Amino acid sequence: MTTTEAKSDTVFGQPLRRKEDAHLITGRTRWTDNIQLPGMLHLAFLRSPIAHAKITVDTAAAASYPGVVAVYSAADFGAEMGFMADAWTCHPDMKKPLNPPLATDEVRYVGEPIAVVVAESRYAANDALEAISVDYDALPAVIDVEAALADGTPLVHDALGTNQCYHLLSPGDSYEAAKAKADVVLKRRFRQQRLIPAAMEPRAVVVVPTVDDFTMYSSTQIPHVLRVLLALITGVSESKMRVVAPDVGGGFGSKIACSAEEIISLLVAKRLALPVKWNESRSESMQTVHHGRDQIQEIEIAAKSDGTLLGMKVDLIADLGAYLRLFTAGVPLFGAAMFNAIYKMEGYQFNCQTVFTNKCPTDAYRGAGRPEATFGAERMMDELAAHLGMDPLELREKNWIKHEEFPFTTISGSVYDSGNYEAATARSKELFGYDELRAEQQRRRESNDPVQLGIGVSTFTEACGLAPSRALGQLNVSAGGWERAEIRVTITGKIQVITGSTPHGQGHLTAWSQLVSDKLGVPFEDIDVLAGDTASSPQGLDTYGSRSLVVGGSAVVKACDKVIAKARRVAAHTLECDEDDLEFANGAFTVKGSPGSKMLIQECAFATHLAHNIPDGMEPSLNSTYTYDPINLSYPHGTHLCAVEVDTETGFSKIRKYVAVDDVGVVVNPLIVEGQVHGGIAQGIGQAMFEEGLYDEDGNLTTGTFVDYLIPSAADLPSYITDRTETPSTDNPIGAKGVGEAGCIASTPAVVNAIVDAVRPFGITDIPMPCTPERVWRAVSEAKKAHPHHGSAHGGAA
Amino acid sequence: MAKITVKVDGVSRSDEVEPRLLLVHYLRDVRGRVGTVVGCDTSNCGACTVLLDGQSVKSCSVLAVQADGSDVLTIEGLASTVDSELHPVQEAFRECHGLQCGYCTPGMIMASVDLLNNNPNPSEQEIREGIEGNLCRCTGYHNIVRAVQTAAATMANGSVGVTA
Repeated sequence: MTTTEAKSDTVFGQPLRRKEDAHLITGRTRWTDNIQLPGMLHLAFLRSPIAHAKITVDTAAAASYPGVVAVYSAADFGAEMGFMADAWTCHPDMKKPLNPPLATDEVRYVGEPIAVVVAESRYAANDALEAISVDYDALPAVIDVEAALADGTPLVHDALGTNQCYHLLSPGDSYEAAKAKADVVLKRRFRQQRLIPAAMEPRAVVVVPTVDDFTMYSSTQIPHVLRVLLALITGVSESKMRVVAPDVGGGFGSKIACSAEEIISLLVAKRLALPVKWNESRSESMQTVHHGRDQIQEIEIAAKSDGTLLGMKVDLIADLGAYLRLFTAGVPLFGAAMFNAIYKMEGYQFNCQTVFTNKCPTDAYRGAGRPEATFGAERMMDELAAHLGMDPLELREKNWIKHEEFPFTTISGSVYDSGNYEAATARSKELFGYDELRAEQQRRRESNDPVQLGIGVSTFTEACGLAPSRALGQLNVSAGGWERAEIRVTITGKIQVITGSTPHGQGHLTAWSQLVSDKLGVPFEDIDVLAGDTASSPQGLDTYGSRSLVVGGSAVVKACDKVIAKARRVAAHTLECDEDDLEFANGAFTVKGSPGSKMLIQECAFATHLAHNIPDGMEPSLNSTYTYDPINLSYPHGTHLCAVEVDTETGFSKIRKYVAVDDVGVVVNPLIVEGQVHGGIAQGIGQAMFEEGLYDEDGNLTTGTFVDYLIPSAADLPSYITDRTETPSTDNPIGAKGVGEAGCIASTPAVVNAIVDAVRPFGITDIPMPCTPERVWRAVSEAKKAHPHHGSAHGGAA
Repeated sequence: MAKITVKVDGVSRSDEVEPRLLLVHYLRDVRGRVGTVVGCDTSNCGACTVLLDGQSVKSCSVLAVQADGSDVLTIEGLASTVDSELHPVQEAFRECHGLQCGYCTPGMIMASVDLLNNNPNPSEQEIREGIEGNLCRCTGYHNIVRAVQTAAATMANGSVGVTA
C-alpha cells in the first residue's frame, strides 16, 4: 500500500481553481429563495417589539386581509409544535427553560416570533402583520448580565427561580499553589462584546409537502442534524423528511440551528398541504439569528519575575440571552481547555457562570468559545510582557511548549499531537520586519509623534474537529463527532463522492476531488461531490468547528481505501495473481515485476458492474462507505503580527501591516486555505475594531441593521501577508488540522494588542472592544487628565 | 398596477407590476433573473447590484416602475449564456479565488465592472473605496481586490468593458 500513500504531484496540495465557482460567478445559483413552485405560499412572522411582556394575541383581523390564507399563533398549533432543542447538558444542576417556537403567553426578547401570516405573496404576508393584535403587558427586562445574578433581580424565567443557567466551579488548588510561588500576579477584566454573525445570505426555508412526506430546503449548515431535530420536535418521521441545503450563503455558526421558522414552516406546509416559503429580512436576521460571544472575563495570571508563567485563573460570566439554542450553554466550555493556550503552567482554574437575560439567544459564532479564550490568553501575555518590560515574543517563547515536547498534555487535559511554534513565529517575524517596526515604534515614542505605532502579537492555537464521539458522550453533548463518506464508482468510470459534511463556501467540491484524485488516481475532472441533501447523503453531522477536512475528509480517504481494497481483489482475480503481488499507483494495478500486466481501477469497476467474472462471493460493486470517528481533536496554530498606526489626537486606528503565518498541518488546496485565513482575519478585525451588538436599557437592539452594526468593508481593511508552516497532525490520515476559524481566533487579540501597545505609554492597559476611534480617543484623553506626567507618548511606562 | 417595459439582459418585455415592487424582486420573481440577490433591507450590502442604463445601482433601492424604459444588465447577462465567454471580471474572480460562499459575488462583480468602466486603472485604494458599498463576509476582500486588479490588467490588454 505504500505507493498509494504517496502524494500526487499533479493534484494534491495544488492551488487548483474551485469547481464550485462557475455557477456562482455567472448567477446560475441555487439559493433557497430562488425556489418558486405552483401554489407556493409565503410566510411572514410577527415578532415581539418588547423585550419582556405577557402577551395576548388576536389574529382575526389579519386573517381577512387581501391575499392572506391563514394566520397562526401558538394556540393554533398547541402541543404539535413542540419545544426548541438544546444539545448539551453542561452541568447536572443546569436550568433549562422551555421555549415554544411561537411564544405562548410571554415574550422574552425583541424579535421573538409570536404569530405567522401565510399569504399568496411575500408583500401581502408582510402587509398583514400589522393587523395582528397583541396586548403586551410589559414586565421588567433583565439586560445587564452581572445585575441579573444579584438577589431580588427580576427573572427572565419565573419558573426557573433564578437567572443562572449553571455555575461551574473548578477546583482551584493547583492555581493557588502556583500563585503562592509567584513574584507577579496580574489581573485584567475583558469584555467579549456581543457579535452578530451576519452571513450575507439571510435565512430562507422552503417546505414542499407531498402526500405524507416533506422536502425542506433550508439555508442551513446542518441538514442532517436538522432532519433529526425536526423529527424529534414535530413528530414527523425522519424517513418521511428530506432536508436539502442547496447553495448556502455563509454560516459562521449562525446556521447551526433548528429554528422556530423551520419548525413552523414545516407545520404550516403540513397543515395546508401546499409548498411554503419563508425568507427573512436582514433586520429580522439581526434580531433573531443567534448572536455570538458576549462574555465578561476576569483573568488572573501568576508568574515569576523572569517571565516564567506559573498559573492562570479564569472567571467567566456568559450572557446566554433569553433561551437555550443547540450549544448556547456549552459555548463557554468550548473555551475551557483553551485559555492555557500554547503555554506550560503548573496551576489552572476555570470558573464559569452562565446567565439568562432578555436578549436574543447566543450560540456558536466562528470559533465558538475558542476566540474568547485565545483573546484572554494573548492579551494577558502582552500585559505580562509590558509589566515585566520584556518583549512579548520573548515572553511567549519562554513559556510555550517546545517543538520537541510534542505530543504534550496541557494543564487542562488536552493532548496536542504536534506543533512548531518556533517555526511559525520565526517566519512571521521575518515577513513582518519585527525589529525594524519596533525601532520605528521607539522613534515615534521618542519624538512624541501624534501618530503612534503599536505592534500586536498573537501566538495562538485552537481545537478543531470536535471529537471523538466517546469524549463528547463523557461531556454529555448530545452529538457524535464522526463523519460519513461514500465513494461510488460509476459504470463509465466516474467517481461520485457523497459526504455528510455540508459546505457553505468552504470549497468541499474542489478539496474532496483533490483528495480522491490523489487516492484513486482518477482525473480531478471526473470526480463529482454530492453534499447537503439527506436523500443522497443519508447520514452526516455536517459542517461546523473546522471539522470538514479533518473529519469529513478523513472519512473520504478511508472510504477510498476500501474501494482500492475491493478493486485489488478484482484485479488479482483478473490478472491471475495474488493480491500481494499487485502494486497500485496512479489509478492502475500492476503485477510486480511485469509492468505490462495492468488493470485500471475504472476497469475493475466496470468488471464489477458486469459481474461476469469477479471473485467468488464478492459483492459486485466497488462502492464503499466509511464512517470516521477521530481519535482526537486537531490543533492548528500560528503567529499573527499586526502593526497599527493610532492617531492619538483623533483616536483613529489604521492597520499598517498584518502578517499571518498559520500551521494548519497538511494542506490540500493552498488557495482555499489562504482564502479562509483572509476571511477569518477580517472577521476577527471586525470584532477588534468595528462590531458590537448593543441593547438599550429596555432591551431594544439598537444595532439592528447594517447601518448601525458595522461589518468591515473593503475600505476598512488592508491586504494581508500570509504564509504557512506545515507540521502534520499525527492523529488523522490526511495530517490536516483545520483552518476555518484560525484567522478569526488569532486576529482579534493581535489587533487589540497592537492598539493597546500604541497607547501604552499614556498608562493605558486596555481598550474595550470594539476599539473604535471614540473609545481610543476617550482613553487617551482620560489618561492624559489622570496622569499629566504621562502627557506624552514618550513619558510613560506600563 | 402599473405597466412597465424593461429590457433585461438584452430581452425587452412588458409587465403589469405593483407600483411598490422593488426592482430586485421584479428581476428575481417576475423576470427569473435569480443571480441578483437580496442581502439586507437598508441598501448597505450591495448584493443586489445591477447595471441600470450602464450605471451600477442597488436594485433594492429602485422601484421596478422607475426602471420603465430602461436597460438592465444583471450577472446573468454579463456572460450571456452558461457556455459563453466570461467577462474578464468574472474570470478574475475565479482565478483569484475572489469568492467563497458566493452570495455577494454577483453584486460584487457588477460593482467592479462599473468601477473599471469608469476607472480602467484603479489603485488598490481606489478599488477598496470603489467597492465599499458591497459587503463580503467570507473573503476579507483581499482576493476580491486582487481580482479587480487582475481584471483591470486583462481589460487593458484589449478586452472591452461591458455596458448595458
